[in-house]
Amino acid sequence: MIQKPTWKSSLKAYMYLAPMLIVMLTFNIYPIFKSLAMSFYTDYNFFQDIVNEYGIGNFVDIFQDPNFHIALKNTFIFVLGVVPVSIALSLLIALMLNNIKVLSSFFRTIYFLPFVTSTVAISLVWNWIYHTRFGLMNYFLGWFGIDPVNWLTDPKYALLGLIIMSIWKGLGFNIILFLVGLNNIDESYYSAAKIDGANPWKRFLNITIPLLSPTTFLVTVTGFINNFKVFDEVYAMFQGRPGPGNSALTVVYYLYEKFYTEYNYGEAAAAGVVLFVIILLVTVLQLAYNRKFVHY
Amino acid sequence: MQVHFEDIAMDYGDKEVLHDLNFVIPEHSLVSILGPSGCGKSTTLMLISGLTFPTKGKIFFNEKEVTKQDAVKRKVGMVFQNYALYPHLSVLENIMFPLKMAKMPKKQRKERALELAKLVQIEDHIHKKPKQLSGGQQQRVAIARALAKEPDILLMDEPLSNLDARLRIEMREEIRRIQQETNVTTIFVTHDQEEALSISDHVMVLNEGHIQQISEPQKLYEHPRNLFVAEFLGNPAINTFDVEDPRVEVSALDIPEAIQHQVKKVGIRPENIVQTMDSAKAFYTGEVTHVERIGKDTSIKLNQDGLAVVTTNIAGKFQIGETLHLTADTKDILYFDAAGQSLLMEEVAQ
Repeated sequence: MIQKPTWKSSLKAYMYLAPMLIVMLTFNIYPIFKSLAMSFYTDYNFFQDIVNEYGIGNFVDIFQDPNFHIALKNTFIFVLGVVPVSIALSLLIALMLNNIKVLSSFFRTIYFLPFVTSTVAISLVWNWIYHTRFGLMNYFLGWFGIDPVNWLTDPKYALLGLIIMSIWKGLGFNIILFLVGLNNIDESYYSAAKIDGANPWKRFLNITIPLLSPTTFLVTVTGFINNFKVFDEVYAMFQGRPGPGNSALTVVYYLYEKFYTEYNYGEAAAAGVVLFVIILLVTVLQLAYNRKFVHY
Repeated sequence: MQVHFEDIAMDYGDKEVLHDLNFVIPEHSLVSILGPSGCGKSTTLMLISGLTFPTKGKIFFNEKEVTKQDAVKRKVGMVFQNYALYPHLSVLENIMFPLKMAKMPKKQRKERALELAKLVQIEDHIHKKPKQLSGGQQQRVAIARALAKEPDILLMDEPLSNLDARLRIEMREEIRRIQQETNVTTIFVTHDQEEALSISDHVMVLNEGHIQQISEPQKLYEHPRNLFVAEFLGNPAINTFDVEDPRVEVSALDIPEAIQHQVKKVGIRPENIVQTMDSAKAFYTGEVTHVERIGKDTSIKLNQDGLAVVTTNIAGKFQIGETLHLTADTKDILYFDAAGQSLLMEEVAQ
């Protein structure tokens, strides 16, 4: 039964949709446009909500701010350090879990635990691991004759420490996704490849990698997006500072400082817009790559 | 290449699926392995391919023992039931894959793959992905891929079961043609007797992990070695009678004197049963319960106190409830002993 829409019926439909629409408009749509608009407020009276002047001054300012350059650089190093290693490691572990049946559900749980644990708790534990004198990390490195490293206080190592922790934290989720992907590959392709004379390594290269590509794509895209937004790890690990000497300052941390410590809303919004554009570009690039190499 | 099984046994967990299998598959022949589902026919094929290993016994290719070699080393060709074409590769790349694994130079690879595409008549579709092909085309690609590395043995696991009836007949003739053109020893697993009987040089009938009979298709039908083979082959199924059944007039069957005391059961194919007007010559008298006409075939079902008989060789129109007297030629009657083994087996040359 298809009725012709009337004013009355349309109104009724919108009434039903209203609760969801209001929530979405208030908390999703409005902030997006508001923050975009805010990035162009060059002269803004916060208390009276009066904008005296619009312009691109905020963008000019942050791009001239050496701290923003550091934040951009650190974020890129962080993302490029975490995402590839995390994918490679989680694929390796997923393959092992898939092949070794003994205790595999036990290990699956172990690897998934970091995902359901709060970042703050994880950061606190890693604070201990990274302790210069009593930490497990330096103890472990000591076995190889490496001198204790000041993970949390040396600007040279702070970002590396952050990267290692984030890789570990992200493993669980990626492993679960890869395990699902591996399970979706029909065993008969492997049988056929064996018959065709492919050894285990060639089966991995020619069957597993291409047939796993949809999963790899998903893991890569979400990995890039999530890691570009890194903030809470930094905040918790360095007790509310962006690492020694701004060595772990990231774009979101920069944004946070502008907003809450400097009350410079325009520049904070501008930094957010820049991050948004970066993530958008990276994702579009990946989609283009996806069309070429990912097989469904 | 000749395939030779010596005392092969195979367990899955504590369930033994194959028991002491001994057979030789001659070079250049097309042999079908036929049996009901769960009889171990696919397992037999997997053992030849090297994808699974026997619990006991030895496998030889010609004189060479290959029991311990895995599928990567055995180098047989195989067509899987679901074809297992690599979904991310084009038709041509699928056919080239085994050659790539054998490290053949790229140019040669392509030439050989094109040759094979021509052999299986798929050359118009070489740049398509498997998903874009119909079932019959996918099967052709699967055969081409299996033949690409010029294997000495080609294995086929129910390759026709995913196709519709008409295509199945077309493809089985194609398989026969390709086998004869390439002269590769082919082992073909099926549960469909018509398929097995129509294209094979030899048929191996398996049941519950035991070989029931290996022989030429026609002999299998005319001279089954035991009751299982006799009952498994033929549609409608063979009529069997217990010689001690009071509803059967055994004296009318003329059982040869030499085996008379051994015979426990007799079997008569529906097409060998004819009508007689002389009730003294009839071994069976019954009422017509069912007349079925499919195209040119008529099958008539009779019943006498619960003993049913099917015949397909009686001309004329019959009414349900009519009484018929049936007889059969002595040469068309099969005799079985108490163990279900066929008697008068001297007639059957292997």
